[in-house]
Amino acid sequence: MSSALDHKNAPAPAPAAGARSAVASVLRMRELPVLIALALLVLVTYLINPLFLTAQGVKDLLLNATIIMILAVGQTLLIITRNIDLSVGSMLGLVAFGTGSIFAAVPDVPIIAVFAIGMAFGALLGAINGALVTLAKVPALVITLGTLYVYRGLNNAWAGGKQFFAGDRPEEFGALSVNTFLGFPVITLLAIVVVIAVAIYMSGTRPGRDLYAIGSDPDAATAFGIKVSKRVFLAFLANGALAGLAGVLYASRFNSVGATTGTGMELTVVAAAVVGGVAIFGGSGSVTGAALGAVLLTTITSSLTALRVDKFWQQAIVGVLILTAIIIDRVASLRTAKKLRISEARNV
Amino acid sequence: MMLNRKNKGLTGRLGSMVAITAVAALALTACNSGSASSTDSSSPSAGGGDQKITFIPKQLNNPYTDVVLGGGKKGATEAGFASSQVVGPLEASASSQVSFINAETQAGTNVIAIAANDPDAVCTALGEARSAGAKIVAFDSDTNPDCRDVFISQVVAKDVALIQTKLIAEQIGGSGEIAILSATANATNQNEWIKYMEEELASNPAYKDIKLVAKVYGDDNDTKSFQEAQGLMQAHPNLKGIISPTTVGIAATARYLSTSAYKGKVALTGLGLPNEMRPFVKDGTVKEFALWDPAQLGYVAAFAGKALTDGKITGAEGDTFTAGELGERKVEKGGLVIVGPPTVFNAENIDKYNF
Repeated sequence: MSSALDHKNAPAPAPAAGARSAVASVLRMRELPVLIALALLVLVTYLINPLFLTAQGVKDLLLNATIIMILAVGQTLLIITRNIDLSVGSMLGLVAFGTGSIFAAVPDVPIIAVFAIGMAFGALLGAINGALVTLAKVPALVITLGTLYVYRGLNNAWAGGKQFFAGDRPEEFGALSVNTFLGFPVITLLAIVVVIAVAIYMSGTRPGRDLYAIGSDPDAATAFGIKVSKRVFLAFLANGALAGLAGVLYASRFNSVGATTGTGMELTVVAAAVVGGVAIFGGSGSVTGAALGAVLLTTITSSLTALRVDKFWQQAIVGVLILTAIIIDRVASLRTAKKLRISEARNV
Repeated sequence: MMLNRKNKGLTGRLGSMVAITAVAALALTACNSGSASSTDSSSPSAGGGDQKITFIPKQLNNPYTDVVLGGGKKGATEAGFASSQVVGPLEASASSQVSFINAETQAGTNVIAIAANDPDAVCTALGEARSAGAKIVAFDSDTNPDCRDVFISQVVAKDVALIQTKLIAEQIGGSGEIAILSATANATNQNEWIKYMEEELASNPAYKDIKLVAKVYGDDNDTKSFQEAQGLMQAHPNLKGIISPTTVGIAATARYLSTSAYKGKVALTGLGLPNEMRPFVKDGTVKEFALWDPAQLGYVAAFAGKALTDGKITGAEGDTFTAGELGERKVEKGGLVIVGPPTVFNAENIDKYNF
């Protein structure tokens, strides 16, 4: 997608060199293809079914994306460092059920405290993943595949057939995912704040840049003096805290939380990050891209429903998107490698 | 993913192995505690011998199923089984029940009571169980009739369908577009009800102005049902009502409607659990919905299993057996046993029920 766009736009006259480089840097953005795909998708759906963009329609789109967006941000932190966390769905389920339990046990608990407890609980679960990965030096794929089942098993043992319903929780808590501020649902605004904060951290701070360095070449990062284990551990912990936040929001938005809450979510989350341009081999990508990827994936589901396209096509379309994203990524990295070789050859 | 770590000595490798094994072991125990559920060994009562009954629901940890199984355990104790247990998959999918049936066959269980996720997928396994001497009681969702001895049905399938079409017709004022939000696309009971609903809508002149515009499937998953409900609203702007003949679907749809601009504009009915639906009936999102008492279903299934394994009935038409406190039940054509009529819940009576 991006190479085709570069071609089309390259001959466009650029008035000044400065503007040209600005345009070029915009065109090189990894998020651009996702953004264009998203805009096209929304536009086409809107033209065919104008109901797609009613106030309620837009609100639903944003709400659908919110939880996956937050999870995708956390997952990106890990994928950038060549790690992955497959247990996010199970962590979300545990925290969501925990949230239900807290409200059932202490009905007038302050909502802010529930958020704090949920995130701390998530952070603890994430820290267990992080500790296992960094101490045992086993690939995160294997560790978190294990904790996926462990956490889900705990949830099943804890919840059994018990479920907590929206009616058991205070109205103000549920209202977080109903009320809007400037057209945005409150929990979506929360997710956007998370995306912006993490994006700034990743691009503007030393520890953030370290994560990229670790993912690009772990050995070089170690040689350079970056505390790889500590950074990776903290990334797992942060991902857990975000999964915890997502779990609390899940309880706010959906009716029931129980033993199976969040099952299978991990794959959607990894897909969102990959579609958003986060390279699965680490070292590149951005949380903004991953968040856009999440919006794109959830919007596809909604728009195919609004267009009355058969459900069974959706999965195929998501698959094609993932493959496209990976091909783009591969082409881009090959081109960069080639450019580097040429420029280095000149320097000799 | 930390795969290319060099200079890893023997100790490092050993450490990894230990860690992997530990995690795997943990994972396995966790799976175990989740999927193979409790075994209640009640004391053997007179004439019970050491007969065992095992319930295999569509899915464990489903609130509706839990109520059914609660009744089933009570029935098993009263009927005189030495022990009753519940095993089953955590996810409702066609093939997931087969391994549990095989395990029961090997354990020599006398009665297998099963709610089939797919009428045919479980057949071969049930056939093996029967040739090993087990009696098969299907409940809630039928298997292929050739693969079981009797089927315990909540209510007459047609009655369940008719009560739902009647409720939706009343709530939308007898005309307009409606849609159905079901569970999985191949659920036996759902599809049978939907078939009867479609026939009734087509044949009953009172419903001539009602048009069924869509059937969608939320797979008994809260999130998915939620999105399907949203999709229905967007795809069908003139939609006046939704029938959701599944407890997960109706609750998810009710939650969506009650938090959206469609509250009060789109009617919702179907089959729901009173405890789950209470807030939505009270806030006006849902006027009336229906269900039978799920506990009775498991209760009758246990007694039917006992009668079968004692040789009192064979599952032939006309056989009768006593289902404890519920009195006598008769086996009808096709090995069908009916439990009772559906109940309609609304703001007036919902507080009387607790399940």
